[in-house]
Amino acid sequence: MSKTVDRPNAPENQQPGARKPISTGSEWTFELIQQYDEEIARCAQEFGLDTYPNQIEVISAEQMMDAYSSVGMPVGYHHWSFGKQFLNTAKGYQRGQMGLAYEIVINSNPCIAYLMEENTLPMQALVIAHACYGHNSFFKGNYLFRTWTDASAIIDYLVFARNYVAECEERHGVDAVEEILDSCHALMNYGVDRYKRPPPISAAEEARRQKEREEYQQRRINDLWRTIPRLDDDDDPVRRQRRFPEEPQENLLYFIEKNAPLLETWQREIIRIVRKLGQYFYPQRQTQVMNEGWATFWHYTLLHRMYDKGLVNDGFMLEFLQSHSAVVYQPPFNSPWYSGINPYTLGFSIFTDLRRICETPTEEDREWFPDIAGSDWLETLHFAMRNFKDESFIQQFLSPKVMRDLKLFAIENDDQEDHYTVTAIHDDPGYRPLREKLARQYNLSYREPNIQVWNVDVRGDRSLTLRHIPVDRVPLGEDTEEVVRHVHRLWGFDVHLESVDDGTVVEEYHCPPPSPIEE
Amino acid sequence: MGMTHIVDRRLNGKNKSAVNRERFLRRYRHHIKKAVADAVHKRSITDVERGEKVSIPTRDIDEPIFHHGQGGRREMVHPGNQEFVAGDMIPKPQGGGGQGGGQGQASPDGEGMDEFAFQITQEEFLDFLFDDLELPNLARKKLKDTEAFKYVRAGFTNQGVPAKLDVVRSLRGAHARRLGLGGARKKKIRDLEKQLQALKSAPEDLDPAFSHDDQIKVLEDEIARLKANVRRIPFIDEIDLRYRQHVKQPKPATSAVMFCLMDVSGSMTQMHKDIAKRFFILLYLFLKKNYKKIDVVFIRHHTSAKEVDEEEFFYSRETGGTIVSSAIKLMHKIIESRYSPSEWNIYAAQASDGDNWNDDSPVCGKLLADSILPLVQYYAYVEITPQDHQMLWYEYEKILERFPQSFAMQQIADPGEIYPVFRQLFERKAA
Repeated sequence: MSKTVDRPNAPENQQPGARKPISTGSEWTFELIQQYDEEIARCAQEFGLDTYPNQIEVISAEQMMDAYSSVGMPVGYHHWSFGKQFLNTAKGYQRGQMGLAYEIVINSNPCIAYLMEENTLPMQALVIAHACYGHNSFFKGNYLFRTWTDASAIIDYLVFARNYVAECEERHGVDAVEEILDSCHALMNYGVDRYKRPPPISAAEEARRQKEREEYQQRRINDLWRTIPRLDDDDDPVRRQRRFPEEPQENLLYFIEKNAPLLETWQREIIRIVRKLGQYFYPQRQTQVMNEGWATFWHYTLLHRMYDKGLVNDGFMLEFLQSHSAVVYQPPFNSPWYSGINPYTLGFSIFTDLRRICETPTEEDREWFPDIAGSDWLETLHFAMRNFKDESFIQQFLSPKVMRDLKLFAIENDDQEDHYTVTAIHDDPGYRPLREKLARQYNLSYREPNIQVWNVDVRGDRSLTLRHIPVDRVPLGEDTEEVVRHVHRLWGFDVHLESVDDGTVVEEYHCPPPSPIEE
Repeated sequence: MGMTHIVDRRLNGKNKSAVNRERFLRRYRHHIKKAVADAVHKRSITDVERGEKVSIPTRDIDEPIFHHGQGGRREMVHPGNQEFVAGDMIPKPQGGGGQGGGQGQASPDGEGMDEFAFQITQEEFLDFLFDDLELPNLARKKLKDTEAFKYVRAGFTNQGVPAKLDVVRSLRGAHARRLGLGGARKKKIRDLEKQLQALKSAPEDLDPAFSHDDQIKVLEDEIARLKANVRRIPFIDEIDLRYRQHVKQPKPATSAVMFCLMDVSGSMTQMHKDIAKRFFILLYLFLKKNYKKIDVVFIRHHTSAKEVDEEEFFYSRETGGTIVSSAIKLMHKIIESRYSPSEWNIYAAQASDGDNWNDDSPVCGKLLADSILPLVQYYAYVEITPQDHQMLWYEYEKILERFPQSFAMQQIADPGEIYPVFRQLFERKAA
């Protein structure tokens, strides 16, 4: 796709109705979808959105539920948890609690987007603009996706994974495979090297190298576990005290895959598959606000552009705006419908305000964003989309105006106090701390406990010790023991997890639990 | 542009999640089985053929992950401030942990309910209901099934046994043959007879050399010869015979008949009948899963037995004494006239409160042993009474000793026991 940004004429000045609307009814046909897509694509090109080719798939509501329950993987291995997800989705849908309407879009090349047949034509157009041009350009442009995922290989890899898991089920039984998958899923969020760029996923490569791995892996592990210690090792106190691994490891699944003593080759391969999927979802978990905000900003902007060109009529816009405002509705903290900050609202507000800061900056904007105020808005938005994740995006671009509009405030909850404290609100002294706090809220390592592999007792009982570093004394949740049991299942020997705050162990978990006699 | 590919996937299979759903049900089969068992003895009878709502405690179903717990110091940013200013302190509600934190760590299903509820289909309901149950002798009957044949008509053949002779078709064949063989000669005979007639009625020629007598003689001889010829064509020949052709086709015995025998004498209360009814329904549902076609025969009895429809069977009342053998005799009669054991898998369930004329009980035993049990797959007797057994029970115990494979008996005191007893009666027996 061409890189040149073909700037549209100032859309505000153009007369609506200059052309004939594409359609007036609300029933869709394949021809109409194609026409809308062509026009939306033309608008997207005017704004310089660079996308993968699109594959739009029209599906039924039931198929949409299938797609929902496989957590966005168009091809997935079989697992009970997806069945649970499906039952949940079906229940919600049948009760009418949940609109299935929107979008499922797969980060693949071509980019697959699902349209539900029940949707009206304006809804289909909204989803096309949102998913096929909004999300799609984000997938292609954002640095996290560029670094962590290979859109052209993911479908093949998923097929490889499904076949491999099915093969294992045939050979080792459904139960044995399910056990391993359960344990891997419990650790899926800990299957990523956050600071290292992973090698790209490739199904062909995987299949080719799988054989190779099978042969060499076991030898590697045997080397590690060679049990006869050399005498001079024991004489050297420094060597004896050296931990394994020498540096703490944050990628628990990787460590287990490579070092667990008792796992069979196929079990290691399954760990690897779950790890790779964790890696595939990793960018999405860190860019929810940006990704949804970007897609929402563009469906809004593209469809307004269509209106300015006279390609859609007032009735279309009314229906579209109604859906749009439902999407970006943010219930206040004291509403019964409040369930945290709506990422669509936050992201849409920031991108919209960013454009405003570029186009019609105020004194405040010039003070806060001297480099951006008055700059080319398209370039600035594209820059923001490409080079940030939620945490840094908020830190960089959340403006005082958005904080005021959303009436943001921060509350501290300290278990050592008998009251909550309001620590910052949307006012002059509050803007910077508020922005910092909100940014931190989207930092994965703040959202999820920091747990790393600390040590393996290589010469002794082979036990594995994990270490949790609490932030602000926040302890681990009630699932912890259960997860440690899963780690134990994978590791095969004793597993310890200790929370170490400032050098002191404040909490311990063990599997199996220590027997009282040992005390 | 033109890079977009639009695909209609609606005709592709839905139910991509079927396997995952099945995996889910499999994993939680213990929970589901319990829900199904509860449902069976709570539900009314007309109601057994539908799905069921199953609830599983959320904690049993959670997928654990590492996450933050309550406690420590946490800060959260929220929208929609109204009157707060920095430094405000809000007293914590008593007794509750802080709620401000933990956003996004609650159950991803949102509602924070304690139960995960979902619907299983009727099919699944029945699968769980009959899990681990197997009708006895099913295997044996399966072997036997392959020996059951039926004959189907397959046109006609010219060889066969006299019993299969098709008379009409054979005579039609003979007629055709006779026409074929004799037709030309008969026509000649008719022509010659016409000439003969003409000669006879013609005036006599005076010249004896031209006397008609010679010609008449020639014609008459020829006619006689031809007639003899025609007479020699047989009226029916072996090649005319046509027999109905039947070929043997193996016939799977996929049909079953279920006999419900129930005592409706004065001593059977509506409660007894309700219990019996549920038992019969379980049996019916069970058979329905295993056979394509099922007939149900209802036989009620007091001092005499009668075949009735379902409505009358369960709901009309009788008074008077009890002669159980009358029902067994009627059952035998019905088998003989309508349900040949070579084509039907025969099951029987008898429900009674154990009351019988003492003289009759040995008769029942003998009837069962001699004429019923050799014909049926399985005969189950349930005695619905909390009281001591009477003569009939002891008589049946002797039968049980002799026919442990095809006879079973149990006592039921209250509705809660139906299902366990049913399971016991139809338990999968270790091979």
